[in-house]
Amino acid sequence: MTVSGEILDQHWLDSRARPFIHIRGVTKQFGGFTAVNNVDLDIYQGELFCLLGGSGCGKTTLLRMLAGFETPTSGVISIDGVDMNDVPPYERPVNMMFQSYALFPHMNVENNVAYGLKRDGLSKEEIRLRVGEMLAMVELSDFSKRKPHQLSGGQKQRVALARSLVKRPKVLLLDEPLGALDKRLREQTQFELMNIQDRLGVTFVVVTHDQEEAMTLSTRIAVMDAGQFVQVGTPTEIYEYPATRRVADFIGSINMFEGRVTENDADHVVVDSTDNALRFFMDHGASVSDGSRVWVAVRPEKIRLSRTPPPNEANQIEGVVQDIGYLGNVSIYRVRLESGMIVEVTVPNQTRPRDGKHAAGWEDRVFLDWEASSAILLTR
Amino acid sequence: MIIMKPTAVKSTGIQRYQQMFAGVSRLLQQLQAQWKSVVVTVPYFWMLLFFLAPFFIILKISVAESLIASPPFSDLLEWTRDGALSIRLSFENYSYLWKDDLYINTYLGSVKIAGISTLLCLLLGYPIAYAIVRSPPTTKNILLMLVILPFWTSFLLRVYAWMGLLADQGLINDLLIWAGIIDSPIRLLYSHFAVYVGIIYTYVPFMILPLYANMEKLDMTLHEAAADLGARPAVTFLTVTLPMTWPGIVAGSLLVFIPATGEFIIPDLLGGGNVQMIGRVLYNEFHSNHDWPVASAVAVALLVLLVLPMMVYQKVQEKESGSGW
Amino acid sequence: MVKRGSSTFLLSMLCFGMAFLYVPMFLLIVYSFNNSKIVPVWGGFSTRWYKVLFESEEVWNALALSVKIALVNASFATLLGTLAGLALVRFGSFRGRTLFGGMVSAPLVMPEVITGLSLLMLFITLKEFVGWPDKRGFATITIAHITFSMAYVAVIIQSRLTGMGTTLEEAAQDLGARPLRVLVDITLPLLAPGMLAGWLLAFTLSLDDLVIASFVTGPGSNTLPMLIYSRVRLGLRPDINALATIIIVTVMFAVAIAGWIMMRQQKQKEREMQLATTGDAQ
Repeated sequence: MTVSGEILDQHWLDSRARPFIHIRGVTKQFGGFTAVNNVDLDIYQGELFCLLGGSGCGKTTLLRMLAGFETPTSGVISIDGVDMNDVPPYERPVNMMFQSYALFPHMNVENNVAYGLKRDGLSKEEIRLRVGEMLAMVELSDFSKRKPHQLSGGQKQRVALARSLVKRPKVLLLDEPLGALDKRLREQTQFELMNIQDRLGVTFVVVTHDQEEAMTLSTRIAVMDAGQFVQVGTPTEIYEYPATRRVADFIGSINMFEGRVTENDADHVVVDSTDNALRFFMDHGASVSDGSRVWVAVRPEKIRLSRTPPPNEANQIEGVVQDIGYLGNVSIYRVRLESGMIVEVTVPNQTRPRDGKHAAGWEDRVFLDWEASSAILLTR
Repeated sequence: MIIMKPTAVKSTGIQRYQQMFAGVSRLLQQLQAQWKSVVVTVPYFWMLLFFLAPFFIILKISVAESLIASPPFSDLLEWTRDGALSIRLSFENYSYLWKDDLYINTYLGSVKIAGISTLLCLLLGYPIAYAIVRSPPTTKNILLMLVILPFWTSFLLRVYAWMGLLADQGLINDLLIWAGIIDSPIRLLYSHFAVYVGIIYTYVPFMILPLYANMEKLDMTLHEAAADLGARPAVTFLTVTLPMTWPGIVAGSLLVFIPATGEFIIPDLLGGGNVQMIGRVLYNEFHSNHDWPVASAVAVALLVLLVLPMMVYQKVQEKESGSGW
Repeated sequence: MVKRGSSTFLLSMLCFGMAFLYVPMFLLIVYSFNNSKIVPVWGGFSTRWYKVLFESEEVWNALALSVKIALVNASFATLLGTLAGLALVRFGSFRGRTLFGGMVSAPLVMPEVITGLSLLMLFITLKEFVGWPDKRGFATITIAHITFSMAYVAVIIQSRLTGMGTTLEEAAQDLGARPLRVLVDITLPLLAPGMLAGWLLAFTLSLDDLVIASFVTGPGSNTLPMLIYSRVRLGLRPDINALATIIIVTVMFAVAIAGWIMMRQQKQKEREMQLATTGDAQ
């Protein structure tokens, strides 16, 4: 088995590994509203774990419970084997990077970063040393005497990061760490964040609503909705094997065909679309019963688009191009089927379009098909 | 048992230290925990003693009988000759307020004067606030300062300024005579007119500031949107601006209406004997007539009729604004 | 952008409003230099009324008492108001919170005559039972002033606390600061401008008050407003014009200087923020 090698950084596959953050049956209610509803989660040492979901899904509440700003209504949170329920925020071995950065406006950069160390009662010399080290790491050594309002957005973000890391926390909590940055800076910072995490080996728990950010950054993602985890897994698992239609829809775009199972074997499944016009063939078995209602989901980039009928019969659809979105590297085709349904197809622009002409034009009749292994069978 | 003994002794020694240590750390912890209750308790007791208790005292005095003595009212509790404790409650002061037209008329008169003044303050203050919001930033700051500035100077002296202007030989009479509108000075001072001018003059900043604060937060593009959708300026004002500035209007009106109703200085200095307002009646009842029970009854009545409804209204508004706007 | 007609209307209302606010004050100043004893009749330029004013020991005593009361009041009201504001905004729910909130905001809507009367009754009752206050004056006026000014301070503090949110305080806690430490290191420094504003407000409220002070004062203790009132009740007095002039000019100067300093700081800060945004482009 090659697994043993991978287990070194994929602790969640190792049944013997001890989770670093241990969340069991945690519920948080505000008045009558349940923000987090009975969740279980294990996060392992050195992970970069993302809590992903739309606004109001409970991700921030969960993060705030880890930091100690909210107390769970019920359930247990432990960090490194210590039950955290009665530990106030100022005694927890975690630090947080706030969405708004929360830099103290009346202190300069140096004092902001030193604040946590001073609370620990470290010697002046040690504080000076560690603050200097940290500012060097985020490349802000020249800015130590500046006040927060004299910094740009990116610089503030780095000060906030330095301040939350300087205490060498066991866990760093990041609330939308890149949310306030513009797109260009965000991409650059994303990789800086990953590098730092890699270098220090601190466990990161990141809250974000940006699925792209979650995909790039994390070792694992927990997709949250209405206070619960819909799916927990690696970015690849979440993208390629979504557990539900909601997850499939939330991460990237996807085409969904409703249908009923007509054939169900160990090595293949056949689904007839609800209007019986289409038949889908999948080369893997599934634990579904004949006749049950299912959805066949296909990612736009897994679909081939051609002007002539493709050789294989299965998983083939005919339609008319309704819209083309040219993005440069790829083009997005919106193809209207006979039933009126729109299927989205991403086609890489491998060659330059000649005379401004694309592979297929508006109102062209086209054929769509995909591999039997490409589609996902969803039951809910 | 015998073997256990020495260890038991030893452990009690350690335990004692532990207990001491626990005691000290508990004390420290309590201090850490107690500062919060200190923060609450100090102002709390201050308000209980110097704000709430006085009300119960005037409530008590208002149901006592007037006496020509010091203090000029009877005790509620009295030991009768046979040693029993008797309570003497007298609602005479309240029925006196009700029977004597002076008090009801004065109360209604005060509400009327304050109400009309509030409306006039609104009519004057609204366009001013709007003009300030719409002016460029630097001008805006200067204008705001100009509106706030009178507040930092003496209220009494601002009222006094109008005594000079409105006097028989004052500037306004002079101007009117010079313009040929009147032949001889007319009585401006010591009239209802003077009181209205005084109230508007001193209270209009209280109307402008909340209106300004409210308008400042408004999205001015909404006006453009309304205009873009074909609303004429008047229609835009009635359907967009006015409803959105309603919270500011309410806040400003309350800030003017409540103190104006209980106003004492303005009717006294500008109204002379001709304008009776409830605050002045209370003041005179106390200082000139030395009738403490009646003065207390006036105070309690004013509290119940004016302040309580306002507080309830504000509470309701707060709740609504919490969910609504 | 908007029809010219409405702009003209607004502009003229603005001019009228400002004239309405400032012409009376201006005339007050002009007539303080009137040689005539009858205020509204001009009798030539003179500064004699300033001399009369400065030579009056009564005025000096009243001013001293007023300033003394205002200083003590402002300091205590700021302290108590800040505590009350903190308790109401930051401490969640505690026993008697509703009553406390009501008591703290009630003086704002309370007619002065009621506050004055009820406090006087309290002082009389206290004297009867505990023998204090023996003589009404400085102490009783100061207590009365603190009671209503702390409500104003509490409102300012409350709005500032709500406005600044809890994130910075949470950040400090997250970095290991205990609640008391957070209060000292973060909350109070950030509240400082609000506390300064509250102090100034309490100071002027106290200097300005006539009604409450005249209820709770005793014989021989006249504050400046009480002195002014007793004089102007009987008609116009040129020396009061002189006093008004001094007060108005002092306030104008103070506000102008404060405004200028604040404007400069604001400009400086804006410039620095402008410069800072270029940092991302490196």
